[in-house]
Amino acid sequence: MSPVWTVVAAVGAATFALKAAGPVLLGGRELPRRALALIALLAPALLAALVVTQVVGGNRELVFDARLVGLGAGAAAILLRAPLLAVIVVAAAATAVVRALF
Amino acid sequence: MTYRYRDGARKIAPIGVAAVAFGASFGILAETAGTGPTAAVVMSATTFAGSAQFAAVSVLDAAGATLAAILAAVLLNARYAPISITVASEFKGSPWRRLVESQLIVDESWAISARGGGRFDRHLLLGAGLTLYPCWVGGTAVGAFGAEFLGDPETLGLDAAFPALFLALLVPQVVSRRALVAALLGGTIAVVLIPFSSPGIPIIVASAACLIGLERR
Repeated sequence: MSPVWTVVAAVGAATFALKAAGPVLLGGRELPRRALALIALLAPALLAALVVTQVVGGNRELVFDARLVGLGAGAAAILLRAPLLAVIVVAAAATAVVRALF
Repeated sequence: MTYRYRDGARKIAPIGVAAVAFGASFGILAETAGTGPTAAVVMSATTFAGSAQFAAVSVLDAAGATLAAILAAVLLNARYAPISITVASEFKGSPWRRLVESQLIVDESWAISARGGGRFDRHLLLGAGLTLYPCWVGGTAVGAFGAEFLGDPETLGLDAAFPALFLALLVPQVVSRRALVAALLGGTIAVVLIPFSSPGIPIIVASAACLIGLERR
């Protein structure tokens, strides 16, 4: 198998198993209240980490570039209660403008 | 309030539009990395997780080893273990059904199905996932087969749309002081770890921020 197809197969199989883990092993069971309290906090923690890694994440380094401007513009759109699609478009457009200018 | 599949589809629709563009940019990146269009589309259909696919293909493009590409993608997707546990109690029926339905879990469908207090709505999640899937796979096909006619996705700023999207999904989750602390702690852990670890690890370690929930009120 070529390296490309090896990666496609291995990553596909691993992701399949990771996504299935919870629903297949624990499906339909009520979680204890203690666990629910943790799970309620997992969403904000993970989403914040995703924001950070997507905006300044590089390969083992922090990269500060036009993405920050895009996030700032997106945050302003969120504050103005813009619809989700507008937030995404504003963030991309602001980044594109900065990249075109500098 | 009870939700139906189409409520999930409606809520995710704006992200679906973006997913077509993200899918196309993945297709273009994969094509420039030399994977061939078919492998790019098959990967979108079988992995269905944007960031890990981008990571795997960029490592391949940088002439990295096959193992490094696999490891980068699997680490990035390791967050699906805790994510899938959070929604586990919502999935009913036979193990086979749960196995198939669980494949519609992605960051966006999961975040949009959160009902607060650690509860999630399966109809919202599956309706959203079913909507995103054709957008993502179709977008990949457009990008991969049309790469030579389309521009460089970076000039369009598409990579900056991701953090803005996740921020927009984060805001409605910050419903309490504790949620705010968890978000700030998770973000801080990620920033601190980015320079010292492979991509993916900062996100996994940041999920430990939820442990502040163990403290008694």
